[in-house]
Amino acid sequence: MSHALSRGARTVARELVTVLVTILGLLAVTFFIARVMPVDPVLAVVGDNARPDVYEKARQDMGLDKPVLVQFWIYLQKVAQGDFGKSVLTSNLVIDDIKRVFPATLELATLGTLIGICLGIPLGVLAATKQGRWPDHIARFIGLFGYSIPIFWLGLMGLLIFYAKLGWVSGPGRIAVSYQDFVQPITGVLLLDCALQGEWEAFRNAASHLILPSAVLGLFSTAYISRMTRSFMITELQQPYVMTARVKGLSERRVVWGHALRNAIVPLLTVIALSYANLLEGSVLTETVFAWPGLGRYITNSLLNADMNAVLGGTIVVGLIFVGINLLSDMIGRAFDPRAR
Amino acid sequence: MAGLFAYLTTETPASRRQARFGQAYRQWLALRKNPLALIGLIIVVTLLLVAAFAPLIAPYDPLAQNLSQRLLPPSATHWFGTDALGRDIFSRIVHGARITLAIVVLVVISVGPVGLLIGTVAGYFGGWVDTVLMRVTDVFLAFPRLVLALAFVAVLGPGIENAVIAIACTAWPPYARVARAETLVIRNADYIAAVRLQGAGHGRIILGHVVPMCLSSVIVRTTLDMAGIILTAAGLGFLGLGAQPPLPEWGAMIATGREFIFDQWWVAAFPGLAICLVALGFNLLGDGLRDVLDAH
Repeated sequence: MSHALSRGARTVARELVTVLVTILGLLAVTFFIARVMPVDPVLAVVGDNARPDVYEKARQDMGLDKPVLVQFWIYLQKVAQGDFGKSVLTSNLVIDDIKRVFPATLELATLGTLIGICLGIPLGVLAATKQGRWPDHIARFIGLFGYSIPIFWLGLMGLLIFYAKLGWVSGPGRIAVSYQDFVQPITGVLLLDCALQGEWEAFRNAASHLILPSAVLGLFSTAYISRMTRSFMITELQQPYVMTARVKGLSERRVVWGHALRNAIVPLLTVIALSYANLLEGSVLTETVFAWPGLGRYITNSLLNADMNAVLGGTIVVGLIFVGINLLSDMIGRAFDPRAR
Repeated sequence: MAGLFAYLTTETPASRRQARFGQAYRQWLALRKNPLALIGLIIVVTLLLVAAFAPLIAPYDPLAQNLSQRLLPPSATHWFGTDALGRDIFSRIVHGARITLAIVVLVVISVGPVGLLIGTVAGYFGGWVDTVLMRVTDVFLAFPRLVLALAFVAVLGPGIENAVIAIACTAWPPYARVARAETLVIRNADYIAAVRLQGAGHGRIILGHVVPMCLSSVIVRTTLDMAGIILTAAGLGFLGLGAQPPLPEWGAMIATGREFIFDQWWVAAFPGLAICLVALGFNLLGDGLRDVLDAH
């Protein structure tokens, strides 16, 4: 039967197995983390002074008397159903909390990546075509800057300059309190919700809150994307087809932007996907600085309140998104690049 | 002097030691030509000196509180101003260099050997050993570094030792990847076959002949990684999960300055600049070392 499967389908199948194994390992890590926790989870439920029989009963109810592998199997089943337990802090189901806070992170990371794409690709292309001249120096500078600045500090300095001193943008938070009740959550992505309901005042207010944190994330995305674009473009511009295009008499602009960049797009898609995933990570610190009610702040808040279910649930979700984005970028690469098929 | 120069640059080294010194000297000459790498080296050396002589450099005790002197702006007596407890920020930053250096060194000496060993073993043996080890590596790469470090800190509890452990737990996979890639090339080399024919065991081949060949790539990777380690440690400190007060850790200092950011900007600004400068130094040096050491 394996002959009947095309090579492409087999590659996809192998990749899916790899991803499943990775996810299994990911859950094993979080399971392990939960188990080595120095806090006794039974005591956390029954209290320190519980009678031994009450303690034993609770222990059995929680399944902690079973063998480790059985416990892991139960854990897998629960996670597969999206059951990460209850958050002690909010007393909601962790999965519901995550659903509520995730759109805010998505909004931030998406806009940050868009900024990174719009600035990073042109900058990288210019740096590659004008090596050693000023666009190259700017790209190099932004690259070094992006790899050397603590993101939370940049956010604070941004708030100091653009909010407190210049007053160009709004401060921490997602929207002014006065607008908070105007907009009903539909998608959870605030800008979209405002637009859908025609609340343009609220839209403007939300946008002025969003611009600074997403610009901070966007700078890091720009640093990464421009650096990679530059190196891809330098490789492409040395290929024989570029010379052919030049010999044919095409303008330099068409050669660079139409021919070379087009061939660099496929590896760039992978880079963009990775940058997106990195911004989800960067958002942990950025959200703390900007009091942005997203997944990153949810994880750190829960952590500071020793709310382990919420921390591990959030960690799993971020890990799954990471794996998913990587898989997606591989698939996109294969779909667009005939050589990779 | 001329004798030393001749000793280092000879085409026919008489001993293994002379060959090594000669190569190091040539690499140093190559590094010296790169001005950015030199700037990086100067920054890193400055960090080392500041950390070593912190009590001599710092004009005040980094922990001494003086509430009558709180939140003073930068001046001739307090170069970087004072914080909410009247402590001299410049002195705290100088002493903080020790903490930053300690974190980086501890992470690197625990992560480098582990990554190197896992990578070389996986690459050398191949087969199922490779598959298993690389799957484990992939699992750890599947988490964003900071988030996984947060989860570890959540279990271990806040504190500087635990921050080091958490960062180390998340930092080794790239080293394993690099070492494995190198090993895959090396293991089919003729000299490995020669050593094997002489009857050397696997352990001897890996430790004596494969690992040294991977070292330069791992060193480059380490230097480039140090900036990342510093930023992660500062991030944990900023979130209150790394070094605890009153330790003058730069990230934690930024966190205390956050309250006063709009009126007393210097409390948060200067520790951040220190982090930027040190991270920049490691990045520049790493870039330069890559050009010198990495033949690929």
